[in-house]
Order: sequence, then C-alpha cells, then structure tokens
Amino acid sequence: MIRLEKRTAPSRFWTYAAPVLAVLLTMVCGGLLFAALGNDPFVTIRTIFWDPLFSEFAWYYRPQLLIKGAPLVLIAIGLSFGFRAGVWNIGAEGQYILGAICGAAVGLAFYPTESVFILPLMILAGALGGWAWAMIPGVLRVKFGTNEILVSLMLVYVAQNLLASMALGALRNPEAMGFPGSRNLARYPSATSWINESAGLHWGVVFALIAVIFAYITLSRHIFGFQVRLSGQSPRAARFAGVNPGLLVLICMGVSGGLAGLAGLFEVAGPSGLISIDFNAGYGFTAIIVAFLGRLHPVGIVLAAGLMALTYIGGEIAQSNLRLPAAAIQVLQGMLLFFLLAVDVLTHYRVRLTARGVA
Amino acid sequence: MTTPLLRLDGLTKAYPGVVANKDVSFAIQPSEIHALLGENGAGKSTLVKTIYGLVKPDAGQMHLNGALFEPADPRAARAAGVAMVFQHFSLFDAMNVAENIALGMENPPPQREIAAQVRQVSDHYGLPLDPTRIVGELSAGERQRVEIIRCLLQDPKLLIMDEPTSVLTPQEVTILFATLRRLREAGTAILYISHKLEEIRALCDAATVLQLGQVVGTCDPRATSTREMAELMVGSSLHVPHKAARPEGKVILTLQGLSANAPHRFGTALRNIDLTVRRGEVLGIGGVAGNGQDELVAALSGEIRTGRDMVMMAGKSIGHLGPNARRRLGLLAAPEERMGHAAAPDMTLTENALLTAVARQDLSKRGFVRWGKARDYASAVIKAFDVRTPGPGNTARSLSGGNLQKFVIGREIMQDPLVFVVNQPTWGVDASAAAAIRQALLDLADKGAAVICISQDLDELMEISDRFAALNGGRLTAPRPAQGLSVEQIGLMLGGAHDMEVAHVEG
Repeated sequence: MIRLEKRTAPSRFWTYAAPVLAVLLTMVCGGLLFAALGNDPFVTIRTIFWDPLFSEFAWYYRPQLLIKGAPLVLIAIGLSFGFRAGVWNIGAEGQYILGAICGAAVGLAFYPTESVFILPLMILAGALGGWAWAMIPGVLRVKFGTNEILVSLMLVYVAQNLLASMALGALRNPEAMGFPGSRNLARYPSATSWINESAGLHWGVVFALIAVIFAYITLSRHIFGFQVRLSGQSPRAARFAGVNPGLLVLICMGVSGGLAGLAGLFEVAGPSGLISIDFNAGYGFTAIIVAFLGRLHPVGIVLAAGLMALTYIGGEIAQSNLRLPAAAIQVLQGMLLFFLLAVDVLTHYRVRLTARGVA
Repeated sequence: MTTPLLRLDGLTKAYPGVVANKDVSFAIQPSEIHALLGENGAGKSTLVKTIYGLVKPDAGQMHLNGALFEPADPRAARAAGVAMVFQHFSLFDAMNVAENIALGMENPPPQREIAAQVRQVSDHYGLPLDPTRIVGELSAGERQRVEIIRCLLQDPKLLIMDEPTSVLTPQEVTILFATLRRLREAGTAILYISHKLEEIRALCDAATVLQLGQVVGTCDPRATSTREMAELMVGSSLHVPHKAARPEGKVILTLQGLSANAPHRFGTALRNIDLTVRRGEVLGIGGVAGNGQDELVAALSGEIRTGRDMVMMAGKSIGHLGPNARRRLGLLAAPEERMGHAAAPDMTLTENALLTAVARQDLSKRGFVRWGKARDYASAVIKAFDVRTPGPGNTARSLSGGNLQKFVIGREIMQDPLVFVVNQPTWGVDASAAAAIRQALLDLADKGAAVICISQDLDELMEISDRFAALNGGRLTAPRPAQGLSVEQIGLMLGGAHDMEVAHVEG
C-alpha cells in the first residue's frame, strides 16, 4: 500500500526537482500521444524541444524565443504576485487584449505624426488599459466578495468581443478597402516597439527583464513582498501583521493587469503589428502555466517562459514539418501543468510503502 | 479481586525521534473514575489513542474484561464498548444536535427516534440539552454535552474524556461531575485526562501519572495532596511565579462603550465594553471560550477597527488605527491561535519575528527589510525565552506548541510594550514553560507595562492578576480586585451575574 506522509517542512530538493521531473514526464507521455497519432515519438520530441535551438535553421528560431518568451515573462511575473497572495487572476488574456487595444488606439490617434513621445504614451495607455480591466474583478471582490476567478475569466470573452468590434469598427484601417484590422503599427516608426527586428529584440523584452529584476527584489527584500507571501500562507497572520487585505487584492490585480496590458501593447506594436480579430494567441492563459512551472519565482519564470516559448516554436515546426495537429501542442502544454501539479505532491509529502495500514 | 475492565501491559509506541509511550502498564477497574495525569508531551494522548484504536502500539498488549483487545480502528473500539470525548469537538456548526449525533452513527435511526433518545439520556444523566438546537448557537459546555451524549448512546463500558473541563465554567463543571458520578454508579468506567489536580482530587478514585512516556507513579487522589501530585507530574518541585506588590500606576488604556459586530457568523459581537487599565497592573479576563475573547483581542490589536474614541491609549483616540500604528504607540497583542494567526507556520522564525516587530524594532528601511537585523532579533528572542530550536532559520511549524508560544510571547515582550494583550498565554504549554511565561508577564508589569491577560484557566488568572473581569456574551463585567474572590463569585461573573441557563437562552 502506498501512503503519503506530510513533511514537516517542504522538501528543498523536490522544490527544484519537481519541475524537471514534470518536464521529463511530459516528454514521455507526449511521446506516447504522438506515437498514438502515428508520428515517430523521438523525432517529434526532438523537433519540438531540440530543433528550435540547435538545428540548421536555429538562426531563424532563436529570435522567436525572445518574441514568444517576453510576453509570457511579463504576464507571469504579474500573476505570480497575486498567486502568491491567494488572488487568482485567471483573466490575464483579457487584460492583455485591453492593453493592446488602448495602446494601439493612442498610437493610431497620432498617425502619421512622428514624435518620440508617441511610444511612451502608448506604453502608458497599454498598462492603464490592462490595469483598468483587472480592476473590475478586483473591485468587485473587495466591495462585494465576488469570486475573482470567475469574473476575470468571463471578462476575457468580453474583451475578445471588444477586440473584434475594434478590428471591424473604430480602429479599422481606413485604407484597407474594407478588410478587418487596423493599420500596421510595426510600419509606423514612432509607434513600433521593435528595437532590432531580426534579433527578435523589442521593448517588451527590455520591460520583461526589468520586471524580473524588480519582482525579485520586491519579493526577497521589500516589506510588500513579505506581505504578499504572508497573505498567501496565513491570511489571518497577515491581518495581524497589519496587511490590509482589500488593498492587497487591488494591488495584486493591478500589477498583473498592468503587466498583461504592457505585454499586449508590445505585441501589437511589434511582432503582431496590428489589431485583428484573432490578435490574441493565448499568452494570458499560457502564462498561468509559466507562473506555476517557474514556482512563482522570478528566475524560475524566466526559465519556464523559455521552455513554453520552445514548445510554441517547436510546435509550429512540428505542425509544418510533421503535420502534427495544433491541438496536440496545446495538449502537451496542458500536460506540463498537470504533471507539475501531480509531482508537486512530493514537495509536501513523503511517499511511504507499507505492508499494512499502520498508523 | 475482580478482573479489571481494561488492563494495559507494557505498551510502547515510538515515533521518529521520540518515544511517546514506554512500557506503560496499569489497570482500570469497572465503575472506576481513573485519572491519567501528566504534563503536555508526557504521552497521555498517544496512550488514549492506542486504547481508542487510533494508534497501534509497537509492543505490549491490552486486555478488555480479560480478553485480548487489539482494536484496528475506532469503530472496533466502539464496538467493544470504548467511547471517547475529544478535547476538540468534531461537530458541524450549521446542523442541529440530533443531526450531529446521527452523523457519528453507523446506521442512524430516524431523526425523531434520535431526538427521543437524546432527551431520555439527557434526563437520565442530568445533562440538559435540546436535540433540535443548532450547534453553532450552543455554548462550549453544551457542545461537550452533545459529544458526551453521542458516546452514551453507544452504552459504553469505558468512557475516555480528554481534558473535559478546560472550556467549562465552574457551574458547568459541577453539572459534568454529577453526570460522571451517575455514570460510575451505573457501572461505566471513566478514564479521565486532566492536569487540573483539584478536579482529580474531587472526582477520581485512582490516578496514574505519566512523565516522558513512562508511568512514574500511581496514587489515590483522594488521599494525596495536590502539591505531591504536581511534583509527581513534573518530577521536581514547581516554580511558583513571584508576584511583587506594585504601586498603582497612571491610566494607560481606556475602553469606552466598545462595541463591534461579530466578524463572522459564529463569532460574538462585543457589546458596550467599558474598562480602564493602569500601568503596572495585570488585568485578568476570564470567560468560557466563544464569549468574545477573540473579538476583544482583535479590537485591541487593531484587526477589528472600531469608533475612534472607543479605544483610547494615553489620552489618544486609537480605535480607528490599524495594528502597526498601534504597535508604534506601544499597544502589542498575542492572539490565542499560534499557528496561522500569531505566526505563519511555513515561514522561518526570522520572518515571523518580522511579522509584528517591523515597526518597533526598526527592521525595515524605506520599505526594504533589514534581514540581518530581523535575524538578530529572532535570535535574541530565542535566547531570552529559552526557545528550543536549532536556530532562527527554522520554520514555525517545526517548533512544539510550547516553544512556539514562548517565541510568540517573547517576540512581543522584548519590544517593550506599554500595554500587552495576551489571549490564552499558556494553552497547551507544559508546566515549566507555563510558569516561565507567567513570570515574564509579571516581570513586564513590574517594569510598568499594563498587561491584559485573557484566559480560560482560572487558576492561572488568580495566580497573576491584580484585578479580574469576565466576558460573557460579548459583555465585560466590572473588574474586581482578584485577591479574595471566591470560586462562587467568579462563577457568577463568568455566567454574567445572572442565572446560567437564562444567559444561554439569551446568548
């Protein structure tokens, strides 16, 4: 009989080993899945995890890693504050869309004026858009005790419809002869977020790096980071320590919304270029996996975002080269979170094999 | 001599790093109230869990009525006639008494039948209880009656009671004792766990004393003095806290008409509390659990905000201030629940030191934590209060209850409070640590601080308090000098100075 015995303190070894084991298990089960789909599992796994970095076309894929990774890092860093404090913002995807809409709207309003102030204004608008969208579930929770998981998630669908109506209406490119979608901001020098397009470098990468450093210092050195951790572990102790729980919810929602909005703005002003009906690619949801895979730790999040970016890029290669269905890649990403949560049991429990149920 | 009801032979149980029971042997006769005495951590809980089938011994045997008794689980123990009333009740607040009792049964009969049985048993044993009442509205004493009746419906031969009086008023204790004596006359044996020696002298026929997992003595409690029993329990002579006479100080804290709504459904609202506390005094506040203790501590610590003028400290209105603003002014508090309220279980002692000491010990600079200083402060508390732990880097969870309590109390006392509010300072703490904590509270008052000590342990309150007041249904009685208060007077204060049953109906 297998018994689980609670550890007195979380295992330090498994805290770090669990993500690695989860990745390995995902590779094994993903391989089985691909085999069942009729692909060679070894070739597929290599295509997804190895080729983007080390194949002969890696020069093309490596910049992609920055492009896919930056929004994941930005969003996941924001979410990690809330997740540590027990504030569950599941709607980063919606905040990401709103950031993109608001930021793009500011940029398009100035078109075709050239000025160094346009991009900073767009960045501000993007962050505010995401922040405001996150404040809706935040304020509702603080004022009326609603569940922020449901509200933030449902607002994603509202945001998607808003996005569609913007792409077809207010923000549509007047010179596109009726085609949906806005002007291309990447081709508007004052508004583009690109720094060096061929290297995959845009301002989102820079902001992601700043966010990581900022989050690391806040969590380990600042009293606010201490309060965030305390609130997540023992809400009553946090209140006793003088933490205002409502304010903490608003700050956590605000930070995650603002960073998600920034990610959306940098995406729309760079890699994506324009507001279109299907502009959002699920970064907001994938970032949830990234946050947990990275142990809600800033450095872990960078590593996890790299891994997820890899599965995105590798998945695309596998789709085009091996004709793997896109859904198979999403299953692979889902598996990763699933295994991580399962393996996490080992961090808090010891597995004991016993002959009989002896207490 | 007849065969004993239950005989234990050489019971031994070891856990990693600690031997909970070592070669424990004694016997319980039929129709006997047998006391099991010992400090916290002496192995009483492990022993009764063994008898109740929750723990399997590593060695040794038990015989029930001469037959080998090896319960695999509590169900088997119950089937053999062993029932247990735990110290912490396992009742659902939102259900009524009969429903709660049905939940514990294998094949519950219809509600109506249970209600009839409850009425019958409660009449027979003098335990007043209405089966249709919601448990969340019952007093602690009445909840205990639910647990006892639940056991009695199984018609047990042996009833185990774990610290049954810790939550009762003296009057409720009297009712309980009458019931237990009636049970004894009806032929039921009772294994009675307590460390209240006066009670054991009044009630029990035999006593077995455990120390560090071993039987260190047996005695006839009717013929042994409390002091002798205490020394058997501790294994040395007891340190009695020293209380010095202190001059009357200036008024430091005033409560004026302090009222607050109950923070949650089964909480207690504070109603119109008036109180003045002077420097250099220890004010003891008694009361049965759930009469507003938690809420009063929260209203003083700043976790519950009230009207500005309801709480005044040194002439300043502070009712609207949060915990850290009050700490800066010198009003510190230590709540009852150590794990998860006074301390965060999974955080290190350094982080837990930061939890309340950040304002007064200057542990942050422009919002950034000075971890080195926090670690030094945690180490200082550990050293000064003899907290047994390898160091400040260990988590609060890894400490035993008594050690964590010493840390939590020490953390506040070493911040030099002007007013210190503490709830249940020695709950679940062994006798020597409890004496050390009480001494620390008295020393604090000697230095000129006001100490408000809320406790359910009346002996403790009488030992350290200068004045005594009682909480009942969220109201506070007027404080009286503790010296010369009789048990009857205290009982009346705890009951709200009117008839107890009436008080419960109101409450």
